[in-house]
Amino acid sequence: MAGDNRKPLQPTQAESGLVELFAARRISGDNLPSLCAEAFEAFQAKGLPSRREEAWKYTDLRSLMRDVKPLATPPEPAAKELAREAGLLKETGFRRIVFVGGYFAPELSDLQDIEEGLSIGSLSEALATQDSFAASYLGKIYPAEDSAFALNTAFMSEGVVVRVRPGATIERPLHFVFVANATQPATYFLRSLVVVEKGARATFIESFEGADQCDYHVNAATEMVVGEEARVERIKISREGDQALHVSTLVATLAQNARLNDFALTIGGSLVRNQTFVKLEGRGAAANLRGANILAGKEHADSTLLLDHAVEGSESKALFKSVLDDDSQAVFQGKIRVRPAAQHTDARMMARALLLSGAAQAICKPELEIFADDVQCGHGSTVGALDQELKFYLMARGIAEADAVGLLVEAFIGETLDGIEHSSVRDHMTSLVAELNERK
Amino acid sequence: MTALLEIKDLRAEISGKQILNGYDLVVNAGEIHAIMGPNGSGKSTLSYVLSGRPGYEITGGQALLNGADLSEMTVDERAAAGLFLAFQYPLEVPGVPTMTFLRAALNSQRKKRGEEELSSPELLKRIREAAKVLGMDPEMLRRAVNVGFSGGEKKRAETLQMMLLEPKLCILDETDSGLDIDALKVVASGVNQMRSKDRGMIVITHYQRLLDYITPDVVHVQSAGRIVRTGGKELALELEATGYAQYQSEAA
Repeated sequence: MAGDNRKPLQPTQAESGLVELFAARRISGDNLPSLCAEAFEAFQAKGLPSRREEAWKYTDLRSLMRDVKPLATPPEPAAKELAREAGLLKETGFRRIVFVGGYFAPELSDLQDIEEGLSIGSLSEALATQDSFAASYLGKIYPAEDSAFALNTAFMSEGVVVRVRPGATIERPLHFVFVANATQPATYFLRSLVVVEKGARATFIESFEGADQCDYHVNAATEMVVGEEARVERIKISREGDQALHVSTLVATLAQNARLNDFALTIGGSLVRNQTFVKLEGRGAAANLRGANILAGKEHADSTLLLDHAVEGSESKALFKSVLDDDSQAVFQGKIRVRPAAQHTDARMMARALLLSGAAQAICKPELEIFADDVQCGHGSTVGALDQELKFYLMARGIAEADAVGLLVEAFIGETLDGIEHSSVRDHMTSLVAELNERK
Repeated sequence: MTALLEIKDLRAEISGKQILNGYDLVVNAGEIHAIMGPNGSGKSTLSYVLSGRPGYEITGGQALLNGADLSEMTVDERAAAGLFLAFQYPLEVPGVPTMTFLRAALNSQRKKRGEEELSSPELLKRIREAAKVLGMDPEMLRRAVNVGFSGGEKKRAETLQMMLLEPKLCILDETDSGLDIDALKVVASGVNQMRSKDRGMIVITHYQRLLDYITPDVVHVQSAGRIVRTGGKELALELEATGYAQYQSEAA
């Protein structure tokens, strides 16, 4: 409201840079869908999101994003070699679909023996062939009026397009691996589309990783449709390099009796924003969103949710935990919207922070927008320090201080991992957190 | 020969309040010492000062474990050097599985002492053996440390940790509190199994009862932050009959 009345701001260096990038993209001209141009116009009207917008109040991207890195160019063999070495959750047997420096790397991906009912393609291919299936969903699933998401739409060029046909159960998790090019600063726009049709089941992992001391920006977005009676589990991992700026959007719609079980882990990246827009538009739909941020140094992680209950009888749960060391900062903003028709909504939200340092900061802002009169909605938050008595107990058994803190941190985070339903994914994620936490 | 534990004129305070006032005690390997005394005489404080609990500050004197000054070691270094405190109120550690905790504790100590880490099967074998002596269901060890355990189960778990870690000096802080007679016997049998010529123990208790099952070599009476009388095991029986009143007035 206040923002609208103010004078438009002078474009920042980054905003001007984006205008130039988009102009260049338009000229290179590969049948740019009208969707992209419209999205860029929408972006330009608002500019980069700033603290003038309530949803970005604590993560002022406009002032934090000083410049624009060039659009990624195809990775040289050396970068691919590095990417081959890297890789979270590598020895798991999950189906890896690998992108290096923003480009699909089929030679690093596992595309053998695709299960019946599953199709996997790249967004670049879908755009080049004007694939009608992808076109019918892209940008249309949930019109989030967010300018970071609009920017992603404007520049969308690569990502995964997945379809799971009605009734198919895909037991083997699909792992989308996004590795930044360690050898050059760049901007990556990654856009994925996941459509899980009626009664189907699937598990997806999206991981983002990059090297330290490499200055790069990631703007990633996933659009997801969870059909009637379908069940989707999604894990998102940010293990970006220490200079990286990472903005990620999930938009999802849930049909009748659809279930989405989502977990986002942030344990790396200078600035990470995870924004999630979920619309529960079918009766009996259920969304379970969890997050864990393990931060140190000057890292900043922002988890912003909108749980939009549109019809009668849907359910949402959110549980977010942050462990903050040094000067790090975690932001949790959770909005539960209950539309007039959405009677008997059951929505619960909890955010907890564990401060390991006096300079760390946790910001928590729940918002309830309730337009129905027979609902159950609740939210809570806690911020606390490490239990010194417990630390003493562990140390009195010979465990070194850093390891004792590590165990207590994993215990604090544990509840968010325990919610992962796919048992093999849960086990691997639990080990991964222990391993990354040890290195931290 | 160096004593296992030598405490010389030890003075300690918590939040500026002096609790130990010139404490002297020598425990040799192979000996079990009982420390008895009324509430508020600083018995638990002694155990916390020795183990290095934050907030307990040594203001004078010395405590040496095998000749090494405890005040110069961190809490975990003291444990690796062989000091073990069985807590009066063992803590619940939600979210940390007992097995993970035991493995971390044992292997951290071994690493600090320059020993090989134990393999998982070997660790499991040792844990099972100790659990058997203590009549513990191994299923309990799959749960988080002490979470949902009864008072008796916590004391058994504490004794199990002690058996597994094989410390040189065990301090049992009111291990009998909250135990019924059957649990007391089981815990005592675990402790007795650990009696050895290489190991010393300090058993802190209010009551003579525990000493029926763990027979001490030496009994001390503590009052107002220091030892006021020392005798043989018969002293415990005498205290049971006369109470602590005379020592409290003496100290005052």
